[in-house]
Amino acid sequence: MSEETSLTADKNPPEPSAIPDALPALYIHIPFCIRKCVYCGFYSITDRSQIPDYLAALRREMELYREWAPSFDTLYIGGGTPSVLPATELERLIADIRGVFPIASDAEITVETNPADIDAGLLNAMCRAGVNRLNIGVQSFDDRILAFLGRRHDRRQAVAAVTAARIAGMENIGIDLIYGVPTQTMSAWFATLREAIALDPDHLSCYQLTLEDGTLLDEQFRRGEVVFPDDALQADFFSATSEFLENHGYTHYEVSNYSRSGRESRHNRKYWDHIPYLGLGPTAHSFQGRERRWNCRAVGLYINDLASGRAPIEAVETLSNEQLSLEDLFLGFRTRRGICLETFKIRYGRDLLMEKRDVLMKLSREGLVEIRDGFLRPTRTGMAVADSLALI
Amino acid sequence: MDHIRNFSIIAHIDHGKSTLADRLIQFTGIVNDRDFQNQILDNMDIERERGITIKSQVVSLPYRAKDGRRYTLNLIDTPGHVDFTYEVSRSLASCEGVLLLIDAAQGVQAQTLANLYLAMEHDLAIIPVINKIDLPSADVERVIEQIDSELGLDPDTHLKCSAKEGIGIEQILEAIVERIPPPIGDPEAPLAALIFDAKYDTFRGTVIHCRIFDGAVKAGDIIRFVYNHSTYRVEEVGHFLLQRQKRDKLSAGDVGYIIAGVKTVSDVRTGDTITLESRPCAKPLPGFKEVKPVVFASIYPIAADDYTDLADSLDKFKLNDASFVYEKDSSAALGQGFRCGFLGLLHLDIVQERLEREYDLSIILSVPSVRYRFTLKDGTVLFVDNPTRYPDPISILKSEEPYIRATMMLPERYLGAVMKLCMEKRGVNSALNYPSPGRAELLYDMPLAEVIFDFYDRFKSVTQGYGSFDYDLIDYRESNLALLDILVNGEKVDALSQIVHRERARARGLQACERLKEEIPRQMFKIAIQGAIGGEIISRTTISPFRKDVIAKCYGGDISRKRKLLEKQRKGKRRMKMIGDVSIPQSAFLAVLKSDTE
Repeated sequence: MSEETSLTADKNPPEPSAIPDALPALYIHIPFCIRKCVYCGFYSITDRSQIPDYLAALRREMELYREWAPSFDTLYIGGGTPSVLPATELERLIADIRGVFPIASDAEITVETNPADIDAGLLNAMCRAGVNRLNIGVQSFDDRILAFLGRRHDRRQAVAAVTAARIAGMENIGIDLIYGVPTQTMSAWFATLREAIALDPDHLSCYQLTLEDGTLLDEQFRRGEVVFPDDALQADFFSATSEFLENHGYTHYEVSNYSRSGRESRHNRKYWDHIPYLGLGPTAHSFQGRERRWNCRAVGLYINDLASGRAPIEAVETLSNEQLSLEDLFLGFRTRRGICLETFKIRYGRDLLMEKRDVLMKLSREGLVEIRDGFLRPTRTGMAVADSLALI
Repeated sequence: MDHIRNFSIIAHIDHGKSTLADRLIQFTGIVNDRDFQNQILDNMDIERERGITIKSQVVSLPYRAKDGRRYTLNLIDTPGHVDFTYEVSRSLASCEGVLLLIDAAQGVQAQTLANLYLAMEHDLAIIPVINKIDLPSADVERVIEQIDSELGLDPDTHLKCSAKEGIGIEQILEAIVERIPPPIGDPEAPLAALIFDAKYDTFRGTVIHCRIFDGAVKAGDIIRFVYNHSTYRVEEVGHFLLQRQKRDKLSAGDVGYIIAGVKTVSDVRTGDTITLESRPCAKPLPGFKEVKPVVFASIYPIAADDYTDLADSLDKFKLNDASFVYEKDSSAALGQGFRCGFLGLLHLDIVQERLEREYDLSIILSVPSVRYRFTLKDGTVLFVDNPTRYPDPISILKSEEPYIRATMMLPERYLGAVMKLCMEKRGVNSALNYPSPGRAELLYDMPLAEVIFDFYDRFKSVTQGYGSFDYDLIDYRESNLALLDILVNGEKVDALSQIVHRERARARGLQACERLKEEIPRQMFKIAIQGAIGGEIISRTTISPFRKDVIAKCYGGDISRKRKLLEKQRKGKRRMKMIGDVSIPQSAFLAVLKSDTE
């Protein structure tokens, strides 16, 4: 590398999103739950007798994509509830994944878990398999809220799970929490937040409870049995959470995600940066170049398709530049880092600063965005209205 | 001429006019059942959807009566709204009789009466027909009693039918033959034909719909429009079945069409008389009126790039709507557009909807206005129908606004509410008559500006649909006027300005702010809306920003779904007009005029 190029590179360090050869991500969906939570719209079933057939099908699907990428540097096993798999099955699955796909030695390997499933056996199996990031679906430390949400664990189990993971030597622990639950007060939410940081997790996801079609919560809402906070109260929850966690050393790096320095989810980042990803299992999405495709929803269909040698693909879309740029905008405005103006210009030939000058000035005066170091980034207030920012 | 009958069907809205027309058409067999569709005469989607007739239609029904003779029954379908009263009157002038349709369950209603009076004015034979006799709630005896007491017609002359079930259709056709007189006229006299409508045909140019009163016309004749002083050579004449049907000639008594190389419908005026250049009639047929637009508004494309498309579409639209006029206009807030004139608010509404639907345009209409008259100190007289042309207040010597004479028919029990409404609308010089017991005729002079906007809706609402309303323009009267401006985030939006009566200015300013607050969706930042006269702010309101709209989760499986939602939202946003940094929806411009509906 010549002196000059290295200087240029130092002055303008390329952002991950601008790196054309960033390694892709691998996602594996485990669509089983012991029971459905009232709010959850992700695809899962409670009939666990199908697990063996499902895992066999999943292995077939893996084979179809053996050559998909030369290497992956993140693996994320999500669901559903991956921790409902027997520990030995989970360990074997990860070993098989490594057998089919070249997983980089320093890869981030995450498994989503339910606190009720976490015990020494599962933790040890995961450690042996090389899982280095544990995401624990705590949701709340308030037993009343946990009961409302239909979770199968309580506060005590949540605390025990996090502690056990630490003891087992899990280096990177993330906790999922939910706020804006009907009847939840700000002080009740803060009690949960305080308990969470007392456990010193590396990563926190704080999701505002959202109505998903076809959930039990949605039915309750339609019947008028539950009332959700209005947008002003939601915004208050959002900014108070952000302020509190930032004061306690967590960076608010995405709408719903907070982390200690260097502990951002490498895997999720790839979704937001249009880095290629391969998703396996029902409903899983894959992306490469400008093509996104996703698998069918039903486990039965998925198993049948693979049994007859077909890829269980439900649909494929090819994104136009306009669609890709809209995605870059709304995904970028969801992250603290924002949108790299230079990258955007190179990709789409559009100079956002020139094109949207007046409205950006206005948004900047109103404290919703800031333009700094070549990035157009949302402020905390701006992040809360990221969807509208994307439509400027 | 003995074998011709020219008739129309008149009725209160929803009493089954289109359904009866459908049945008459089916009975006479000019369309087979396979090709038949409901509301066959309402060609436009917008007519079918709203259940209203906008353009008149003619169909000639061949009918062999019980007397063994063949007749041609010309059904002239008329529009049914006060905006189009003149068109209706020309259609009725082309008939010798009407079927007055009354719903057996609802009985005599406001428009039954208004239409009856219109028919009587033209001296037409009236056949009362009680429709919907199959309904469980039908009360035929009561309706017969009303025909006598409220309509003053011979109750024994009524017919009963159910258009929906096809009951009583033949009796109606027989009655048309027996009771509606055949047209009278002299086929040998000089040609006198009444134009009651005109339509544009892409291949043939303007198709003139007319009723021949005297004389005859055939291809090759040179015809003259009496009021327009223009002459044309006839290319083709004919009758209407469901399509045009070429004939050798049209003669006295006939209803049909003339194609004569007339380029646009604007070259033809409804109510004009057609005669022969070589042998003109002594005097034109009576009843001609110059139809002038009374409501004005500017149309702007939402996207400036669409200006040329809009210009082309207006050009094409105008081909088929002579009462629609437009010229170039521009607005500081909305850019290049067109100033347009309409017959009334319904007409405006229809034009807007058809431009969007048939020409796929996204447009914004400015706040509608009437045409005011200003006399300046230097003696100039100015007509102003566009608030942006409001003269410098210092230079104005006298301001005047158009007045109408409103005629309202209503059951006595609604008098109090209607008089209150008229007073609120600055009505003066009232008069009250009782044409029959319990039924009042109320007259008022009112400023047109007060009437055209939401008077009709509110009148219908306070009379629960039992009132009928009509108006004539009378004159200009002196009025204390002011220009009300609207500022959005401090920026004047000229397309939202309106000329108002000074005493009402404050109330109108408040009302405009409130309406805008309802119509403009919350945005990312605060929006201030102010009403101002001259430099003085007279009303204000703010729309607080929304503070959270972002979805919580956006991972691999959520991105496409979210993008599709945003694409949809963006499409919706493109239908709004950006003024400064505020998106204003189309609906806001019309809503400014709406008053509180209590």
